[in-house]
Amino acid sequence: MKKTLILSALAGAAMSMVTSAVLAAGGGTPPPRQSWSWDGMFGSYDRAETQRGLQVYKEVCAGCHGLRLVAYRNLMQLGYTEEQVKAFAAENEVTDGPNDEGEMYQRPAKPSDRFVSPFPNDNAARAGNNGALPPDLSLIVDARAFGMDFIGYTKSYIGGADYVYGLLTGYADAPADVKIGEGMHYNKYFAGHQIAMAPPLLEDAVEYSDGTKATVEQMARDVTTFLAWAAEPNLEQRKQMGLKVVLFLIVFLGLIIAVKKRVWSDVH
Amino acid sequence: MSSKPEFTNPVIRWVEDRLPVFSYLQHEYRDFPMPKNLNYFWNFGALASVCLVVMIVTGIILAMHYTPHVDHAFDSVERIMRDVNYGWLIRYIHMNGASMFFIVVYIHMFRGLYYGSYKAPRELLWMLGVVILLLMMATAFMGYVLPWGQMSFWGATVITNLFSAIPIIGDPIVTWLWGGFSVDNPTLNRFFSLHFLLPFVIFGVVGLHVVALHIVGSNNPDGIDVKPGPDTVPFTPYFTAKDSVGVVAFVLIFALFVFYMPNYMGHPDNYVEANPLATPAHIVPEWYFLPFYAMLRAITFDFFWIIPAKLGGVLIMFASIGILFILPWLDTSRVRSCRYRPIYKWFVWILGADCVLLAFCGANPAEGLWLIASQLGTAYYFFHFLILLPILGKLETPDPLPTSLSEPVTGGGGGSAAASATAAKMEKK
Repeated sequence: MKKTLILSALAGAAMSMVTSAVLAAGGGTPPPRQSWSWDGMFGSYDRAETQRGLQVYKEVCAGCHGLRLVAYRNLMQLGYTEEQVKAFAAENEVTDGPNDEGEMYQRPAKPSDRFVSPFPNDNAARAGNNGALPPDLSLIVDARAFGMDFIGYTKSYIGGADYVYGLLTGYADAPADVKIGEGMHYNKYFAGHQIAMAPPLLEDAVEYSDGTKATVEQMARDVTTFLAWAAEPNLEQRKQMGLKVVLFLIVFLGLIIAVKKRVWSDVH
Repeated sequence: MSSKPEFTNPVIRWVEDRLPVFSYLQHEYRDFPMPKNLNYFWNFGALASVCLVVMIVTGIILAMHYTPHVDHAFDSVERIMRDVNYGWLIRYIHMNGASMFFIVVYIHMFRGLYYGSYKAPRELLWMLGVVILLLMMATAFMGYVLPWGQMSFWGATVITNLFSAIPIIGDPIVTWLWGGFSVDNPTLNRFFSLHFLLPFVIFGVVGLHVVALHIVGSNNPDGIDVKPGPDTVPFTPYFTAKDSVGVVAFVLIFALFVFYMPNYMGHPDNYVEANPLATPAHIVPEWYFLPFYAMLRAITFDFFWIIPAKLGGVLIMFASIGILFILPWLDTSRVRSCRYRPIYKWFVWILGADCVLLAFCGANPAEGLWLIASQLGTAYYFFHFLILLPILGKLETPDPLPTSLSEPVTGGGGGSAAASATAAKMEKK
């Protein structure tokens, strides 16, 4: 019976691995796996990385990419005070209304507002970017994955972070046999290797207040951590709760097995 | 086994005299005789009912926060994930619960195949199970559409389009299913409505499945008829304890997925909002539909110049489930358990491996070697049921069956299954 149980477990694992095959079929070159602060059962987002990442997002990415599912108030999770968040939000204008006169009006954003997108709609975004649509980044880390394997999965969060980091650091000169279209750029990890986005991160593009040197790799790592948080702000709560649940269930399982053995001891 | 239980509590007695629920529970869940040799594969029925209850409870909570409208569905799911109290937990349980439900049900079915649980007198029990599987598939498919991600939209488009393969009335049927001329808001609304309804229909059929089970009793790993008395133990405490072990172990595995790899069994494209103008590179269904998807795409040729390839694929896919309805009559062997079927035992595992192979085929583009593999896999699936099972039952010499669960000594007499097996052996000589 043990043997059949093991066999069925193997069959289950094989079925799960099918999922990896599905994801691998997405196209493009899988980027190398990185190690992240939120990996593993005890992982949590490195606060300094997320704060620097917010700065990179704001000063580099936010010109074209929105973050429409994240609210300014969520930033308090990253260690900012309410005053800081209020000031950060107030730098943006949102349309509100109608007021008592029935008019729409502009007002500074409040912490309860979601991140203001750089373009009013997709058409405006395309018009401003040579016809290419800069995707909203709220879920970008969840929405990309490459060639995961069943055993190695828990080491890295879905692989989307590796992809974002790979893309940001994957710009290179095109190989001689690859012809790059007008206004396009060669990227090692983008599907089809031609991407409309110009290399966004250049050495010292931002000036970190904590003195960290703003290399391309450092900025890519910081903004990826920030975007991973943006995609799943509840990850830390999830992993902490998971630990308690799993520990409880392991103890409970031991007790239940003991009860079962006791109950069955008189059956032959 | 007490025949007429006595209740001392006056309230219970008052209810009992008017509606005998307490004696029913006592009879069906306490005194009910169970074969004492059931292994842990017999846990999976209980696990499946746990799954159903978990899905209904989490689903009802999700429905309180979800908005079935093409402009709001995706955002309302993200609102559940970010702003609803423990919404992320409820949604991850529901999302992974669907996969766990299918894993459990597939193992449950494989148990039935291996130990011959579909054979007389359990044919109707098995057929009700196939009805539950079909209802589950419909429910899961419509549920996957609700988050209105890219795979939701394009999966719905591909699957509803299958009906257009039906000659003459196909296209009107598809328009009717959609409520328009493409997958759009009316489609999303009706899928939400049906996704809410069908689990309760499943609940009803599960009730019938359980009633039918309690009429004929559980099969067992030896596959022989159980003699009341020494072969059985009462359901409580023996199987309440044994099922509890399975349930806790199952919840532990479930929890590992929910808390540590919640998106593992999903597709990343479903975190991109549905866009009717951008088709994903590869449209794939959820993993539990992959073997059927492979069969659908395996038919790339016309049948006898009458049935076009597309219709052929659809028919083959539905036939792969439909064939399970007549399984009890395709298997000509009177011996239930594979323990005593030395040849067929191997073919059951080969069938399982074939389904895994088909799942891999379904996950990959239908071209080159994958296409050939899915065609061979599909052919083998039908070969197993339509040719191998009827013939093998006649050719195979089963091992001698034990006379009872208490005395696993080989012998000629014993239960009716054993007697017929011996008879079959004599015929061969």
